[in-house]
Amino acid sequence: MGQSVELDNVTMRFGDFVAVRNVSLKIGAGEFFSFLGPSGCGKTTILRLISGFMEPTEGAVRIGSKDMRGIGPNRRPTALIFQNLALFPLMKVWENIAFGLEARGVGKAQRRRRAEELLDLIALPGYADKAVSELSGGQRQRVAIARALAVEPAVLLLDEPLSALDLKLRQHMRSELRAIQRKTGVTFIYITHDQGEALTMSDRIGVMSQGEVLQIGQPADIYDAPQNAFVATFVGESNLFPGTISRIEGKEALIETAVGPMRGRNLHALPVGTPAIALVRPERMRVLDAGEAADNMLESAPQRFDFEGAFINVLLDGAGERETILHLTNDGRTQARLQAATLLRVGFDTDATMILPQGQTAHG
Amino acid sequence: MAELFRRTGPLIAWMALLTTLLWVAFMIVLPQVMMVDFSFRPSLPPSKIGGPEDVYTLKNYATLWANTIHRGIFFKTIWSSMLVTVLALAVCYPIAYHLAQVARGQAAALLIVALIVPFWVNEILRTFAWFLILSRNGIFNSALVGLGLIDRPIQFIDGNIGVMIGMVYAYILFMVFPLYNAMESLDRHQIEAARDLGASTWRIHWRVVIPHAKPGIAVGCIMTFMLSAGTIAVPRLLGGPRSRWFTEVIYSWFFDGGDWNQGAAYAFALLILCIVFILVMMRLFRVSLQDIAK
Repeated sequence: MGQSVELDNVTMRFGDFVAVRNVSLKIGAGEFFSFLGPSGCGKTTILRLISGFMEPTEGAVRIGSKDMRGIGPNRRPTALIFQNLALFPLMKVWENIAFGLEARGVGKAQRRRRAEELLDLIALPGYADKAVSELSGGQRQRVAIARALAVEPAVLLLDEPLSALDLKLRQHMRSELRAIQRKTGVTFIYITHDQGEALTMSDRIGVMSQGEVLQIGQPADIYDAPQNAFVATFVGESNLFPGTISRIEGKEALIETAVGPMRGRNLHALPVGTPAIALVRPERMRVLDAGEAADNMLESAPQRFDFEGAFINVLLDGAGERETILHLTNDGRTQARLQAATLLRVGFDTDATMILPQGQTAHG
Repeated sequence: MAELFRRTGPLIAWMALLTTLLWVAFMIVLPQVMMVDFSFRPSLPPSKIGGPEDVYTLKNYATLWANTIHRGIFFKTIWSSMLVTVLALAVCYPIAYHLAQVARGQAAALLIVALIVPFWVNEILRTFAWFLILSRNGIFNSALVGLGLIDRPIQFIDGNIGVMIGMVYAYILFMVFPLYNAMESLDRHQIEAARDLGASTWRIHWRVVIPHAKPGIAVGCIMTFMLSAGTIAVPRLLGGPRSRWFTEVIYSWFFDGGDWNQGAAYAFALLILCIVFILVMMRLFRVSLQDIAK
């Protein structure tokens, strides 16, 4: 069964460089928690701190409320799945899976039996005596998971294990990982820079940047109520309209932007006069028919259409900080209809407009 | 080969090819063939060479077998060379592992320099330095006596200890570098994965590092063994009558006894045994020539 993991004011320094800064959070037993952030944000360092390959400069790591300081990776109730999987190429598949048991002094017959059980769990029965080099990428992936689960860890740590797989397989492995996590009840801590992975699999996500955890929340919270511009722009696509807040009305605020006033949710209760940004997700914008109105509206010439199949991305000229993107569902006629228009009227509701303090975005 | 021709043009390619072939033929193959030929002929005064008594015979090999002292030295040399090999492996394995997987950047570079610099000094001089350290009134004995650890100086020279120490030292690089090469290509994550799965340091080496480094271990052992079995400088300087090396016997047949045919037979016997040793090692470690060539 899973155990909780607690980071208590953890800081990790390498010389002058601060890789992780004052991180405090608690991951529940049996939770699927993802650290999401760009490369170099410190998420891999956090994983190594939990697994025991590093000790924090300051603060404490607790697993199952037990302080882990001084306890090496071979004696922690964690198992790590490496980005490159790090399977042992000179051992057979079953020896790989049973390696942790071998290290614990389990007899050969029992090791073999346990390895075969796990091969059933990962849907690779009959692969016990194969060489690692005979496996496909997805199969190796699953063997790495089985090898980690064989030692019955309380916490499974995954370091971007899906990044080397192709798109189809990656999507398949997402649901498989989730299913294995539910079945075993082990706490999963997942490191990724891929927001799609984090959003689909996780119970909660911690978004990281430059060594700090900016926001912790359920996927929907992260996406629909981001704490700041960085989280908003890193997770999902977004249209940004910088401006100044001119009026407050309850939980809503009016912001004066270069393309006119917009009404949005004042998530952080920013006062009048504050420089802020209005943020709208591309799929929450729609093209208005003649005479139709919306809470917020802007007019612009379509610059480009990107056909994605299920969706069509419409890029508008110079309305926001960068080009504005609309994410429209393809009903078979959408593109033809839009291409006929020289000027589009775009509308979005107050509910879809988030007002956030200005700050660093993931676009740099 | 075609690549060589394409890149350098036919003239240079042919020259490179020809000089290599000449080198191999005249410097390696021909002398060996002559030595083998010598070893099967009796030792005769120049006037009788090519005469009726100059026939092929196994007499020279029979001498080696019949002479219990020489036979004893022969097998002792093989045994001692194995011991040197094992000792060198034991000494060099941690060094190579540290270099390949632990040391970083400048520290690693410094360590490599520290390993190589002594080898800029001639082998004879290096061995002589050990003579100074280990001799009866040498630094090591003085230190031990000075610290009160022993009452009287120990006789290191003239026994096997001096020869062993000298040889392990002399061949460190030939063991360290093949090991280092093999270990360096091991993905660090594999070591971490093994550790994360609960393996002890011992098991990580036994199950992950050593299997990976096996070709390097084989190459290092073969080189060290061959050099040990074939050296004459170290046993000459650091050994005594009781630690005679087989090469010294060969030497004396050639230069003291003047019996080249007998010496050739002894040398050929040593060569054969060394080749057998290599084949056994390769079999034992299950490495092929291709692995070693890497």
